[in-house]
Amino acid sequence: MKPVMNTKQSNNSEDISLQKGTRLSDRYLIQKTISTSSRSTVYQARDLLFPNVVKLVAVKEMVNPAPDSVDRETKVKDFERQVNLLATLSHPSIPRIFDYFTQGRHSYLVLEYVQGETLETILSNSPGFLPTEQVIQWTIGLCEVLQYLHSHQPEPVIFRDLNPSNIILDQHNNLMLVDFGIAITFQDMEDGSLSGTQGYSPPEQYQGEVSTQVDIYSLGATMHHLLSGQDPRLEPQYSFAERPIRQINPDISPDIEAIIATAVQYQASDRYQSADEMKSALLEMIGRSDSRQLSPQFDAVIPIPDNTIQPLWTFTCADEIRGSASCDRGIVYIGSYDNHLYALNIESGKMHWKYQTEGGIVSRPAILNDSVFIGSEDNRLHVISRRSGSLLWTYYTKGPVRSSPFAAHGHIFLGSDDWAIHAINISGGRGIWQIETSSEVRSTPFVAQDAVYAGNESGEFYCLDFRGGIKWRYKTKRAITSSPTIAENLVLFCSLDSHLYALDAKSGYLVWRFKMDRGSISSPCVADGLIFTGSIDGNIYCINLNTAKEVWRFQTEHQITGSPIILADRLYCGSVDGNLYCLDHQTGQLRWKFKTNNPITATPAAQDDMIFIGSTDNQFYALPADASG
Amino acid sequence: MSDFLKNILGSKGETESGGSSDQGTSDLPTQPNSSPVNSDSNPNSSNNPTRFNVGLVNSIGLQREHNEDALFAMTTYLISNNSSLPFGLYIIADGMGGHLHGEKASEVAIHAMAFGVLTKLLPAIQDLSGEIPSDTFQDIMKEGVQAAHQAIIEQAPGAGSTLTGILLLRDQMTIAHIGDSRAYAIDTQGNVNLLTTDHSLVKRLEELGQITSDEAAIHPQRNVLYRALGQAEMVDADLISAPVPNSGYLVLCSDGLWGVVPDDEMANIISSANSPQEASQTLLEAANSAGGPDNISVIIIEKSS
Repeated sequence: MKPVMNTKQSNNSEDISLQKGTRLSDRYLIQKTISTSSRSTVYQARDLLFPNVVKLVAVKEMVNPAPDSVDRETKVKDFERQVNLLATLSHPSIPRIFDYFTQGRHSYLVLEYVQGETLETILSNSPGFLPTEQVIQWTIGLCEVLQYLHSHQPEPVIFRDLNPSNIILDQHNNLMLVDFGIAITFQDMEDGSLSGTQGYSPPEQYQGEVSTQVDIYSLGATMHHLLSGQDPRLEPQYSFAERPIRQINPDISPDIEAIIATAVQYQASDRYQSADEMKSALLEMIGRSDSRQLSPQFDAVIPIPDNTIQPLWTFTCADEIRGSASCDRGIVYIGSYDNHLYALNIESGKMHWKYQTEGGIVSRPAILNDSVFIGSEDNRLHVISRRSGSLLWTYYTKGPVRSSPFAAHGHIFLGSDDWAIHAINISGGRGIWQIETSSEVRSTPFVAQDAVYAGNESGEFYCLDFRGGIKWRYKTKRAITSSPTIAENLVLFCSLDSHLYALDAKSGYLVWRFKMDRGSISSPCVADGLIFTGSIDGNIYCINLNTAKEVWRFQTEHQITGSPIILADRLYCGSVDGNLYCLDHQTGQLRWKFKTNNPITATPAAQDDMIFIGSTDNQFYALPADASG
Repeated sequence: MSDFLKNILGSKGETESGGSSDQGTSDLPTQPNSSPVNSDSNPNSSNNPTRFNVGLVNSIGLQREHNEDALFAMTTYLISNNSSLPFGLYIIADGMGGHLHGEKASEVAIHAMAFGVLTKLLPAIQDLSGEIPSDTFQDIMKEGVQAAHQAIIEQAPGAGSTLTGILLLRDQMTIAHIGDSRAYAIDTQGNVNLLTTDHSLVKRLEELGQITSDEAAIHPQRNVLYRALGQAEMVDADLISAPVPNSGYLVLCSDGLWGVVPDDEMANIISSANSPQEASQTLLEAANSAGGPDNISVIIIEKSS
């Protein structure tokens, strides 16, 4: 005769979880809810049969969704059969079952309470990768408990839901399999929800083929997650082969990678045929390495010799080169902090002419028809004859010009440290309008069909029309030094507040933003639906234009303050670590790097299979774009 | 402020919110032809006024006893910086769980998501001075999905649902998607572009080359989803932002439609109909003549400028 459950009963078909303080079966005092899922709820409770001590238990509550009593009767019997089976288990890693009962539409399982953290929690609290040796030891322990379950008589017990959230490291540093009752749930719904957890479950589990191989796969998937930090639930299913663990965690030896790969084979027959077999493979691998050293020397990356990339030519200036070059009709134009703008022959590097301003040049020249436009820290925009290098006219602003000029529709658009965005008519040689903003404008304006976009040093981003009217504004928290670009109706720019912003170009609504580890003064560039930019955190990022998800990141040894460019299928970017990097743009793999003697703050330029980059070592380099290591 | 939303979402049968009606479109008060949204009326509007015409249908089909599909469609305009921008929010949810739970799951999911998204965007709808919300569209949609997931866990535990939603702002769309309902873009030439990926087991097997698409269509587990609301601890929706072409159609539908009406027939029906509402009705008839094995839902948004 079962006592009446002392909880609030709801009249409708919904089920409310048990409240704290409820006495279940007149014996278990519910203290709190530990976890809820769609199938069950687990409570922490105190067993009142032992009033003189605090004996904690875990109570798992399951709802039987079957509406009519015949169906429910069958399910309850099935449930009890499975419970009986589990009650015969005795293993240090398996919580003991103390009690079970069914009340109305609920069935309860009372289990040993396990105190500790799940491996999922331990993983997420861990700043870097988990120590490989530790994960291997854990895996060996899990093989042992799986072997015990799989060889159980009269019938093997298959856990079915092995994953890091189901494994607890208790206070004695012992691994415990919890939520054990996944093997005990009511039959899943007919219209196709699953047992097991997506990402850790092998393909055959969906078809209802449950064998010991299911647990082997899940163990391999768990191991992969713990060692790579990549949650298989967030990756395409069955994609472990596409994400080899050594590419993610360099501490992993080929042996470990091979063991994981075997465990997660798509076909069940290709995996380890028993947990013992997997355990032997692990033990053998440990035995092979010297005194508990399980990971090899860091030899996975073959160092690319720096001196295999030879410049085609170099040009020496009297001071740093901080800005970027522009190429046009066989000539490359580059400004330097030595106040000069140089026009060099692209093939040979011979100087055609040089032009002197009265301030440092840190921006990029614009070329239109026969004129070269360049801003200087002498407050002026200089317009120079392309052929002769002589001055045609100048335009004065009231502060140093660090933004690069943008030519469009017969006008030059330019920012200045005088806080204004200037629009200058080219044929007339005079300014048309200037818009006062709230701070210096160092970002190069970007002009699309009918609007001018620019950011400033106080974090304001402007969209102006050609008459100088403000269409919309957007405020970020810190300076926007980089230049915007437009792709697929989105205007993209980075801010020192660590974000890459994507705003709707017409209305200024924020569609998405991407957070980097630190601020950025790089200008993003776009190719093939991918956005590329750098950050002061030293990374070059590749972000999907539509989903805003990171595709890859590449770590350099110091800040990135210039911007990347794309030529063909390669990305080029300089770093304050002095290197110019050439990466494959789809994968982020390093093709080669070229070392200069000082930080690179400029953005490279590309023309005709050549890459041009200036460094703060005063040199301007012309490199072959196709150099291979 | 919240009265505004309650009026829209509070109880069933409200403006263009598809509940669990058993018969075609008779319960829905939509008259999309008479209320296209455009920005013509605003003298400050941009050169090409964009309009959204919407048609929708939500039917139980011929063979099911319950309608587990739910729809939400809202078309209005947002005012910001002296311009009015056509805005739309369209969501479809296909519940699963049998025995009334599926119906409840899709219903609570739709309402939770719509409420979540609109609350964030409400300042821009109601406040004429045009406060731009500080959350990104992707974040707003992502949180909407989270709210829908939570709602199912709390109010229909054990059940699940698909969810596909589109947030449209003139010519920018953000899609949040989980499950095997679908979003399509159809251009004026009738070319069909599937915007979402089915989170179904058979789709994944197809991607891996384990089965062909013909095999997928008749696979016994073709209804098995590896991602859905209400089913796992975490919910991870796909989020995509992309521009919307100047003219054409966006279509949201449940597998009760795409599973029985081939893509080209669908495109044909839509482009040859006189209005999106007529197209939805014709699609319903097409699905029913193919047997109507499942609940059939579709939202068609015609964008014209």
